[in-house]
Amino acid sequence: MAADNDVIVGLEVHVQLNRLKSKMFCGCSTAYHDSPPNSHTCPVCLGLPGSLPVLNRRAVESGIKVGLALNCRIEENTLFYRKNYYYPDLPKGFQISQYDFPLATKGQVLIKGEDGERKIRITRAHLEEDPGRLVHAGTIDKAKYTMVDYNRCGMPLLEVVTEPDMRSPKEARIFLDKLKSILDYLDVFDGALEGAMRVDANISLKGGDRAEVKNISSFKGVEKALSYEITRQRNMRRRGMGVIQETRHYDELRGITVSIRSKEQAHDYRYFPEPDLVPLRVADLVPAIRASLPELPDARRDRFREEYGVADDHAKSLTSEIKVADFFESVASRAPPKLAAAWIADVLKGELNYRDAGIDRFSPDDMVEILRLLSEGRISDAAAVSVIREILDHGGSPAQVVEALGLAKAGDDVVLQAVRFAVSDCVEAVSDYRKGNERALNFIVGQVMKRTKGRADPGEAHRLVVEEIERSQG
Amino acid sequence: MITIKDVEHIGWLASIEIAEEEREEFVAQFNSVLDWFHQLDEVDADDVSPTYRVLDLVNVFREDRVSPSLAQEESLKNAPKVEAGYFKSPRIV
Amino acid sequence: MLTGLKRDLASGSAEEYLECLFERIEKSKLNAFNALSKEAALEKARKFDRSPWGGLLAGIPIAIKDGISTKGIETTCSSSILRGYVPPYDAHVIERLKAEGAIIMGKTNMDEFAMGTSTETSCFGPSRNPWDVDRVPGGSSGGSAAAVAGGEAPCALGSDTGGSVRCPASFCGIVGLKPTYGLVSRYGLISYANSLEQIGPLTRSVEDSALLLEVISGHDPRDSTSAEKGQYLSGVRDEISGLRLGVPREYFGEGVDPAVEKSVWDAISVLEELGASWREVSLPHTKYALAAYYIIAMSEASSNLARFDGLRYGRRTGEDRDWHTTFSKVRSAGFGKETKRRILLGTYALSAGYYGRYYLKALQVRTLIKQDFERTLADVDLLVSPTMPFPAFRIGERIDDPLSLYMADVFTVPINLAGVPAISLPCGFAGHLPIGLQLIGRHFEEDLLLRAARSFEEATPHHLRMPEVA
Ligand SMILES: [Mg+2]
Ligand SMILES: [Zn+2]
Repeated sequence: MAADNDVIVGLEVHVQLNRLKSKMFCGCSTAYHDSPPNSHTCPVCLGLPGSLPVLNRRAVESGIKVGLALNCRIEENTLFYRKNYYYPDLPKGFQISQYDFPLATKGQVLIKGEDGERKIRITRAHLEEDPGRLVHAGTIDKAKYTMVDYNRCGMPLLEVVTEPDMRSPKEARIFLDKLKSILDYLDVFDGALEGAMRVDANISLKGGDRAEVKNISSFKGVEKALSYEITRQRNMRRRGMGVIQETRHYDELRGITVSIRSKEQAHDYRYFPEPDLVPLRVADLVPAIRASLPELPDARRDRFREEYGVADDHAKSLTSEIKVADFFESVASRAPPKLAAAWIADVLKGELNYRDAGIDRFSPDDMVEILRLLSEGRISDAAAVSVIREILDHGGSPAQVVEALGLAKAGDDVVLQAVRFAVSDCVEAVSDYRKGNERALNFIVGQVMKRTKGRADPGEAHRLVVEEIERSQG
Repeated sequence: MITIKDVEHIGWLASIEIAEEEREEFVAQFNSVLDWFHQLDEVDADDVSPTYRVLDLVNVFREDRVSPSLAQEESLKNAPKVEAGYFKSPRIV
Repeated sequence: MLTGLKRDLASGSAEEYLECLFERIEKSKLNAFNALSKEAALEKARKFDRSPWGGLLAGIPIAIKDGISTKGIETTCSSSILRGYVPPYDAHVIERLKAEGAIIMGKTNMDEFAMGTSTETSCFGPSRNPWDVDRVPGGSSGGSAAAVAGGEAPCALGSDTGGSVRCPASFCGIVGLKPTYGLVSRYGLISYANSLEQIGPLTRSVEDSALLLEVISGHDPRDSTSAEKGQYLSGVRDEISGLRLGVPREYFGEGVDPAVEKSVWDAISVLEELGASWREVSLPHTKYALAAYYIIAMSEASSNLARFDGLRYGRRTGEDRDWHTTFSKVRSAGFGKETKRRILLGTYALSAGYYGRYYLKALQVRTLIKQDFERTLADVDLLVSPTMPFPAFRIGERIDDPLSLYMADVFTVPINLAGVPAISLPCGFAGHLPIGLQLIGRHFEEDLLLRAARSFEEATPHHLRMPEVA
């Protein structure tokens, strides 16, 4: 689907700064994901009467880091506000967030949109606290009661708000992938953890009112919810009904959005500056953080192309996660870079994805060794794939695996002997080939492979069989 | 002037149900208090910056260190209704 | 007085002393306490008697306002919405008291969520003034003041958002100190209006006040607005000759009871005899302080009190319906009338379209009031005024008219808006009712404030008079 020029999408992305050790305003650990409910809470994040927030320094530093990476201006004067509203997941009856005077403003990110490069403007990025988690007994609309877990409550969040600069669900997806990649590089965020990134999407058709779809927890969900909304809004328009400005909920199971609040019921958040926190003046912190920024995905991709001569799609695939990029560079310093790029991007990443594993499951040293065996002609491509799979599934070093599975390429004389034997043995196939049936060769090569127990390189065997046939003719 | 409808709306915002018999009284009292507040209208303070807090503190942080949380029983101890380690909330819809 | 008591306890019996206090409390008409920590306190006293420990408050019993969190002791803010709530943690000041050897006696009555000037808005009913049980003890820390004045506790803590320590100190004839904003950690103090309030001591003497301040003040990393402390005990007996006093013209005249005015002028003469000089000064924005104060306090309160919904703690009355209906009913049933009024008015003041007219405007006026104090206190060392415009009023006299109740705070709220420290101490009587003198100092100059108060106290007999409590 090409970008529709009447579709307007803006995003609000809530990023959990889950690489921090402690929560935003208290010392509770952020490692709650596998813990019993309400076991990572204290007077502060439970909102017990009398408790007070104190700001986590690293949350601010992380926010600045992200702001800089999104090309934002870091604001000289930053304040925290109370956003007042009632909901059972919000223990104080307000969320500490930023309103006027956010940490970062006016940034931009370039994405490869559907009609070429597109600039997505970043309105602002601000810090806030995550609410707790609601567990419904059944679905949200049918549950008799709801259970509340405040372990997540007070997790440091960075909310990134874009201008309505995306023109299709696909572009929203591309932007999110890019943002995720940048966050990954900054080491502020582990995207693999549940609830690490949650999206509110604003969508409208040109000239119409917009709907806000709240709290979509996967990128695929964003794409689907937006596609659903475009269809819904077009249908409304076709039937001559306007789209009303409202808040909608994305029902992941049914793949549809449902209305939860109309404009008339819109919240009145009664923002006012949080009296229990003091203002931030971060100008002095910025230079050191700027200096510590890593090379970001785009820059690294360009460098991989130039420095290593890596193909564009490989360079992109290798740089979306910082660990993969580091892995590649570690390997490329000791092996032919283009070969390394192809094997890591095309084979290793696929095998890891299939196993739901990260790059840290494989060692660069092993990859270097495998590439060396390949370059020296000691194993075939097929054997190299087997080695990678075997190491991932059962461990061991490349040398051990090659030895144990008998994957070493057979010596030239053994192959040659097998070729001679096959050519003299398969009289019918040879004559078919001579009559012009190219496919008859496959049968002969197959015999060679069989005789060498697969240790011959199939391409090499093919070449030798043709030579042998021609020789025996002459 | 505040009306009964305003008082109902404020009650909704504040999550406080206002009993029928309280409404008239609140309307009268709120109007007299607001009226009294309006004496501030006579102060020319447009160019005065607001005082959110009296101390000129900035950048008060805690370091990113973990301190012990409450035990689950302690967290739940004061809750009127709990279930399986969760606070039990009335239904959402 | 606490110093003497400390000596007596070390040589005598802390247990016996506590038994006496508890006996007195149980027979009392004052309704000063919401909850007693009798068993734990007696146990602690027995331990102390067996092997006394050291510390600035070794063995001293203390009463705590029920808005300050105490681990293991029910803490209600005198609100039925918090009935049964037992905090799992101690406020910073409680940790400090315990670290200096004090014994927590129990929790004292107050206006619900500290919203009042009379302790009449308590869900436990009003406390009574030891000088006249038909009169209010003042508020909101009325239980603490009544307990100390009535001889039910040797000292107590209260909290002061707009006068809530000084007003009951004045009405009950004892010493009440509101420290500079930030000097005492608010961690564990249940918030009414965060940007205004401080915890402060209620005592029988100025020296006791200095002693308690010495213990509870100081930096606490859990309160982002917390500051470093000074020295309060060491210089408290020094002289005050050369001290320059300012007498703000706006704090006298219309609305002030003549007996109050006379006592305060007498006090100024005493201070003059002690070597101080005085001159009239002006705090021109005083008349706007009350309105600004109430807008700010109600706005902050509307947000602070949003957490009380019966989900995590407190009472959840009635059947569960949908969450909003349930919470609205719980809050409607759990809050008293004045609390509801303030939450609703604060909600209105912050709501869309009104923020600028009310909250922001009040904060701008706050700046002007703060500047009044800064300007004046650049020329004089302390300001002198009445604490309250009149002595304790009768129970029921003002409670149904919010505005007339708010007016009583006219001399106390400007101090909270400016964040400066102030102390109230006895300076005379109107008939049988005590009158309070208010001294106001510069930010973090509690040492000077206490020294002047102590000089005055030593030169006058008022603090020695005790009510004849039945
Ligand atoms: Mg947000
Ligand atoms: Zn916590």
